[in-house]
Amino acid sequence: MNLTEYFALVLNDYTLRTITLGTAILGAVTGMLGSFAVLRKQSLLGDAISHAALPGIAIAFLITGAKDSNTLLFGALISGLLGTFWIRGIISKTHLKSDTALGLILSVFFGFGMLLLTFIQKQPNANQAGLDKYLFGQAATLVESDVWLMAVVTGLSLFVMLLFWKEFKILLFDKDYAKTLGFNTKFIDILITFFIVLAIVLGLQTVGVVLMSAMLLAPAAAARQWTNSLSMMVILAAIFGAFSGVFGTAISASQNNLSTGPVIVLVAAVFVLVSFVFSPSRGLLFRQIRVFKNRSDLELHKTLSFMYHIAETHTDISHPHEIRILNNFHGFTKGSLKKLQEKNYIQLQGSTWSLTDEGFKMATNLYNQQQKGHE
Amino acid sequence: MSSAQFEIQLIASLVAIACAIPGTFLVLRKMAMISDAISHSILPGIVVGFFITQDLNSPWLILLAALTGVITVVLVESIQKTGLVKEDTAIGLVFPVLFSIGVILIAKNANDVHLDIDAVLLGELAFAPFDRIHMFGVDVGPKSLWVIGCILLLTITLLLLFFKELKLSTFDKGLSASLGFSPIIIHYGLMSVASITTVGSFDAVGAILVVALMIAPAASAYLLTTDLKKMLLISASFGVLAAISGYWFAHWLDASIAGSITTMLGILFLIVYLFAPSKGIIAVLYREKQQRTEVSLLTFLLHLKNHEEESERHVKHLSEHINWQKVRARTVLDLALKNNMIAIESKIVSLTPKGDEFTTQAIDYIITNEDAQIEDMKEDFFLFRG
Repeated sequence: MNLTEYFALVLNDYTLRTITLGTAILGAVTGMLGSFAVLRKQSLLGDAISHAALPGIAIAFLITGAKDSNTLLFGALISGLLGTFWIRGIISKTHLKSDTALGLILSVFFGFGMLLLTFIQKQPNANQAGLDKYLFGQAATLVESDVWLMAVVTGLSLFVMLLFWKEFKILLFDKDYAKTLGFNTKFIDILITFFIVLAIVLGLQTVGVVLMSAMLLAPAAAARQWTNSLSMMVILAAIFGAFSGVFGTAISASQNNLSTGPVIVLVAAVFVLVSFVFSPSRGLLFRQIRVFKNRSDLELHKTLSFMYHIAETHTDISHPHEIRILNNFHGFTKGSLKKLQEKNYIQLQGSTWSLTDEGFKMATNLYNQQQKGHE
Repeated sequence: MSSAQFEIQLIASLVAIACAIPGTFLVLRKMAMISDAISHSILPGIVVGFFITQDLNSPWLILLAALTGVITVVLVESIQKTGLVKEDTAIGLVFPVLFSIGVILIAKNANDVHLDIDAVLLGELAFAPFDRIHMFGVDVGPKSLWVIGCILLLTITLLLLFFKELKLSTFDKGLSASLGFSPIIIHYGLMSVASITTVGSFDAVGAILVVALMIAPAASAYLLTTDLKKMLLISASFGVLAAISGYWFAHWLDASIAGSITTMLGILFLIVYLFAPSKGIIAVLYREKQQRTEVSLLTFLLHLKNHEEESERHVKHLSEHINWQKVRARTVLDLALKNNMIAIESKIVSLTPKGDEFTTQAIDYIITNEDAQIEDMKEDFFLFRG
């Protein structure tokens, strides 16, 4: 099955439609909330939370024996929150730094989760299979009720986000100011964190515990490159996330034995790479172009100012000079002279050049500006 | 205990020590998450290396995979340098991508590679004793024992040789650079050792649980001591303790050894986190409570000093005026009495000469805000020690 066939099928096939819709919604909500995580410098918190959710899944299964994903995700939510608050406790109450706290909780919770998973696998319980999918995600197992759950949570987080937009924004950029204005920063902080945890837990079934954090980061990091406005960034991140979800699922579904998680992550990484390189204002490509442009402008100005110093000694500024006399100066080429002519700063005639009035004025100002700059 | 069981515990203990050494430095240098990144991103290196060598324990594979680990660090640092995203985002972007590539490579070549995802995450410690090395026809022990033994030997040698440099560059980068120890060489040296250890331990405990063995013992030890040598020793012994107890726990539960070792590490950390003498959570909370009382006492004394009139110094009025609850007011009053700061005569509180002197000093401290003075005050008055 190739990709075009796949997308043709999406329109007709019930299962595929469910899966595609599910991953699109998931990508949108993680992108949206991921923007906050990235801007709050909590990028790695997502990684810790998603790993910390694993034991919750296993314990929920051990207690209820249910394979119902809602129950399992509820367990994941609880243990994710537990991990988050333990991390906060470690950072605020001891001298251990955030990276240590994150790495510790991440690996310890995950290890405990794996212990429980292997323990469950050994149980003589026919119901056990299927927990593995939470490691790397299997979008194919999404059913309509899962998608409904995602839609409800997305709607809820959208609503809360719009309701507390001002508070979120001010907390994000100036926490102390928010405090002096009388906002309950602790509450807002916990609210944002809660929704980030919720988004992560939601994605476990599709993307899996191990790679969920990338789903949170990548769309937001990509969106950040295109805009400096928070609302734009959130919208863009949601769009990038939705597209990586849809494309990733499509690619993994059209191949054999590929988990969805890794593919979605790679698609999202492509978005990031493209944004890093091609974003007009921050991208590496345009930045490099600007560097070159500045450099060549500087060369032109150097040549012009040299010409100005020669022309200055003559009463008639448009007196033609031989190009030869520029030779002891290293800043000019045929191309740069032509460029100066194009800008109408000089006139070229055979082997001679002469400054125009405009060029003279430009060079005078250039000189003055430099003088000013030195003062 | 059979010889296989003994060998498993030996391997696990060696892995724990080998991880604890670089782990301690990573924790101290605030680079703990780098170990997480490395442990994920060596996966494509291992898979590609496996295609080439067809042997999980080949030294070439270990070098190749360790190189991937170092490349990760370089990649993260170069993304940071562009300034497009923050440091933590750079880490969070790089390793999932590399890990994904590794997972996809395994999935696509499932028939050729005798690696499966479970082994990647958990390792195969239980099977380690079955893959043995035979030299001149004599069985000299399990392969992974030799691998991790060599790595441990290398790590300890490097540690002993460069202990001074490592210590200096960890705690004072500027000084170490000005003394001529290149921080870059030490940084990448440490990263290389961390990568090699991760790869070597990968076989035994899997990609993600290496992180636990690196960070958890070091974090626990850091709560107990501030001496680098002691910290190294404590974290190594915590690692070994968790390895051995974890093995028997897994044996009893019949579940993953690596998972159980990590769980033990978690429990160890929890115990230290709660009960560590001066940095544990209980000690910290107790200290915070004491400090709160101390500040209350100070407020109380200042209030007394500021008010000469009797109505302001009535016991009842005080609890209303400073807005304390009964218990709190009682504690503060008792404490002040015990320290001879105040005298109570027919429900009117007044400062004793000692209390007066103390308060004057306290005001001085508050005005000048120099830490040195409050230390003297503590010595003078034995607020809580007396």
